[in-house]
Amino acid sequence: MILAAIISLGGIGITGAVLLYVASRKFEVYEDPRIAQVQDVLPAANCGGCGYPGCSGFATACVNADSLDNLLCPVGGVEVMSKVSTILGKEVGKADPMIAVVRCNGTCEARPHTNQYGGAQNCAIASSLYGGETGCSYGCFGYGDCVTSCLFGAIHINSETLLPEVIDDKCTACGTCVKACPKSIIELRKKGPKSRRIYVGCANQDKGGVARKACNHACIGCSKCEKECQFEAITIANSLAYIDPMKCRLCRKCAPVCPTNSIIETNFPPRKEKVTEDSTNKQETN
Amino acid sequence: MENKLIISPSPHIHGGDSIQKNMYGVLIALIPAMLVSFYYFGLGALIVIAVSITSCVMIEYLIGKFLLKKEPTIRDGSAILTGILLAFNLPSNLPVWIVIIGAFAAIGIGKMAFGGLGKNIFNPALVGRVFLLISFPAQMTTWPVPEPMSMHYTDGQTGATVLSLLNEGVSKLPSYTDMLLGNMGGSLGEVGAIALLLGLVYLLARKIITWHIPVAIIGTVAIFTGIMYGVNPYSYANPLVHLLSGGLLLGAVFMATDYTTSPMSKTGMLVYGVGIGVLTTMIRLFGSYPEGVSFAVLIMNAFTPLINNYIKPKHFGGK
Amino acid sequence: MLRTFRIGGIHPPESKLSSGKKISLLDIPEQVIIPLAQHIGAPAQAVVKKGDVVKTGTLIGKAGGFVSANIHSSVSGKVTKIDNTLDASGYKRPAVFIDVEGDEWKESIDRNGKLIKECNLSSKEIINKIAEAGIAGMGGATFPTQVKLMPPPGNKAELLIINAAECEPYLTSDHSLMMEKGEEIIIGISILMKAIDTKRAVIGIEHNKPDAITHFNNLVKGYANVEVMPLKSRYPQGGEKQLIDAVVRRQVRSGALPISVGAVVQNVGTAFAVYEAVQKNKPLIERVVTVTGKSLSNPSNLLVRIGTPVRNLIDAAGGLPEHAGKIIGGGPMMGKALISADVPVTKGSSGILILSCEEAIRRPMYDCIRCAKCVNVCPMGLNPTLLMDATDFKDWELAEKNYIVDCIECGSCSYTCPANRVLLDYIRLGKGKVMGIIRARKS
Repeated sequence: MILAAIISLGGIGITGAVLLYVASRKFEVYEDPRIAQVQDVLPAANCGGCGYPGCSGFATACVNADSLDNLLCPVGGVEVMSKVSTILGKEVGKADPMIAVVRCNGTCEARPHTNQYGGAQNCAIASSLYGGETGCSYGCFGYGDCVTSCLFGAIHINSETLLPEVIDDKCTACGTCVKACPKSIIELRKKGPKSRRIYVGCANQDKGGVARKACNHACIGCSKCEKECQFEAITIANSLAYIDPMKCRLCRKCAPVCPTNSIIETNFPPRKEKVTEDSTNKQETN
Repeated sequence: MENKLIISPSPHIHGGDSIQKNMYGVLIALIPAMLVSFYYFGLGALIVIAVSITSCVMIEYLIGKFLLKKEPTIRDGSAILTGILLAFNLPSNLPVWIVIIGAFAAIGIGKMAFGGLGKNIFNPALVGRVFLLISFPAQMTTWPVPEPMSMHYTDGQTGATVLSLLNEGVSKLPSYTDMLLGNMGGSLGEVGAIALLLGLVYLLARKIITWHIPVAIIGTVAIFTGIMYGVNPYSYANPLVHLLSGGLLLGAVFMATDYTTSPMSKTGMLVYGVGIGVLTTMIRLFGSYPEGVSFAVLIMNAFTPLINNYIKPKHFGGK
Repeated sequence: MLRTFRIGGIHPPESKLSSGKKISLLDIPEQVIIPLAQHIGAPAQAVVKKGDVVKTGTLIGKAGGFVSANIHSSVSGKVTKIDNTLDASGYKRPAVFIDVEGDEWKESIDRNGKLIKECNLSSKEIINKIAEAGIAGMGGATFPTQVKLMPPPGNKAELLIINAAECEPYLTSDHSLMMEKGEEIIIGISILMKAIDTKRAVIGIEHNKPDAITHFNNLVKGYANVEVMPLKSRYPQGGEKQLIDAVVRRQVRSGALPISVGAVVQNVGTAFAVYEAVQKNKPLIERVVTVTGKSLSNPSNLLVRIGTPVRNLIDAAGGLPEHAGKIIGGGPMMGKALISADVPVTKGSSGILILSCEEAIRRPMYDCIRCAKCVNVCPMGLNPTLLMDATDFKDWELAEKNYIVDCIECGSCSYTCPANRVLLDYIRLGKGKVMGIIRARKS
């Protein structure tokens, strides 16, 4: 009895093994083993920030590409890309680390509400039907499409200003939020040394007066900053200033001249000049 | 500037329907059957129903508060409804602790494990019932004999249900009048055919459910058992007995029509109903269990996503 | 048994507060703002400039494409500027601002109230006149009328259906127009029949307007080919495809035009505008607007010049109540909530509805309980809850497969949902996305 059982079960096992072996041989698909190796060093976030469908797509692209110049995993950054280059033996392009910035500073106080939106709490839906709850039809809604889109938990809505805030350490510059924002307020910019950046925190293209009426922090296109900048980094188009991150030398001269405080500086030490100016003023009055 | 005008996408008015209205509507539809159970099973029915409702609501509240950590959902009435339906599927002499276990299975496993109302795959009350049926087969199949205004609970006289009589080949059945009124052995909510049909009429009139599922189930069972009866009237019971006995009406009117676990399109509902009807009859006539509605509904619940995927609502301009 | 469409539908409370009210004339405002995009399609191009003096009926915007419409001055006076104005959405759109001086009409317009029955123009001449007058669908969809009258080659219109259903709650502008301008409408219909060369016309009227049905039954006695068909009151009967289904029992296929079943649908207000354009040379410069709402003291039907600020209309109907929560341009089901009372009346404004704060605030949304009530009421036979989820998960393929582009945005699903889910909000977004994807694929 035992023998019969052993023979029959063993027979089933052997037949199955043979079938599986034949099938694996016959239907085998050759895949470059390096793809798997590359995939192993990638962060496996599948965020799509590289422009390819998931990490495996990016790995395939890396293996098939002649050079890695135009390929960058924004999440892993230079570190991961150098690992990829050692696996593949290809040169890696050099890219500055980037970060997402929110180009709207229309806080609750700065931008008074003119209407109350009662529809679905979703920026895409709101913007397809309305310009917003305030007079500014370019500014942030604050319903958090960027927050839900972010895979790294790097964006949250500030409960006081009702504007999204990017956490520098968590942001991988994958660009999902840029695509998610129906108002195209979020921009990927050079992260800058010590995370220091200067950018215009406004996307309003209305004429100065109209923009100013809607929001105290609106860029009114007065071009004072443009004149102040020595590096020709600032351009004005459609009544809106833009600071080119590639030309900007972070000299901080533009921010104080802005009449609406719409130029945002991040992670700089507190301004010394201002303190001295204040003290000189005091001295003068004295 | 006047007060801030509200802007929102259309439509700007709402019909006023709500989850509560639907749930409490079903509760109202259950009242006649509940009164019948109080009449024939007395104290036992009262205790089982009360314990079932209380424990279902408590368990949903506790799970919602401490495990899922979201807004309590007990006010929508669905837990009360599950409690009553579970009790309706139990014999009136079931001990309290078993009822509580059943409530835990129904709400905990059948509903909250999936994420709460609207996300469960199986009808929670039936999950509870089948859980108990498998775990405590003896207690779950000992039926008290109906006795008007009985003051007995677990100490009452016990007897058999119509279907177990049929299964054992006994031909001494209660009269049709008794079946219609509910004067027979069985789970406490399934006995009064007229009361259950009153509930159906109310649900249809309030437009809480559509006719498709109940009619498909009842029709299929009637036709199927009718054919078998025509083939061999000696070993198979006549269709009317099948319709009036066991949990068929309760299942067709209240269990199978559960929103979450039934298909969305009308054709889908018909397919689902026919499936339940066929399975019920098969289990009753050819299976070892005398009763098949619970299993049939649960099996078809599992098919609901598939039905939804393949049977779409009739599309305008499409053939 | 009265006819109606065969799939889905709801019956919201009718609330026709201004029913039976005579059309009253609203005073010409001091300044009008006439947007250059009042219709579906390309915006019109301004042909006047700052400082120009215009008369009532002067062309100020020329159609900017095939699917576009002319825009005329609705008042006489001086063009102060051509600038952006906030439209009902809060976005900026170009408009012509005119300061009113007197009311001097263009000489070619026949302002005599005498009825002109005869029309000896050819089909082509009629369509040209309609295009000249800048008529766009008066029911609210504002599709340029002349385009609808020129079916693509190979199609022949057999039947003209006149949409007099007015299925939206509250609105009575078509009803009042039918009661007062019945004969003009019938002549307009016969002109439209001539334009598309068809032998039969049916006027579909919901049976909640028995007086209009009787009135029109009397009027059509003199016209052998025009008939009145009472319809069972059911929303959205005024939807083009639904109305065709109700009247001729044929369903237009997904993506097809009504002409594919041989039907052309025109609104009853459009028929009146056609009469005025063809027989009286009068361009579309004024329209009947219902101003209504439970909190208004005097809901009315007003004859209003295009470009009049909505505020003037509300003042004429008793003034904006203090606790007004929402001003809706159109009906409560498909209308658009306006951002302020300063936006102008346009060609498609069939009504202005004021809802109080309590009526206007949506109730909180719960999880879907899969009750399938939205499926049962969808007049297009779609599965709204599935489409909402598909949009939420950005699964455009699934949405397209389930015919999201067929959605007519009637709002029956959101109206019915017991969990207060904002089905249409999402479906509308998904529909737009999927339509964009389909267009991109084609090109």
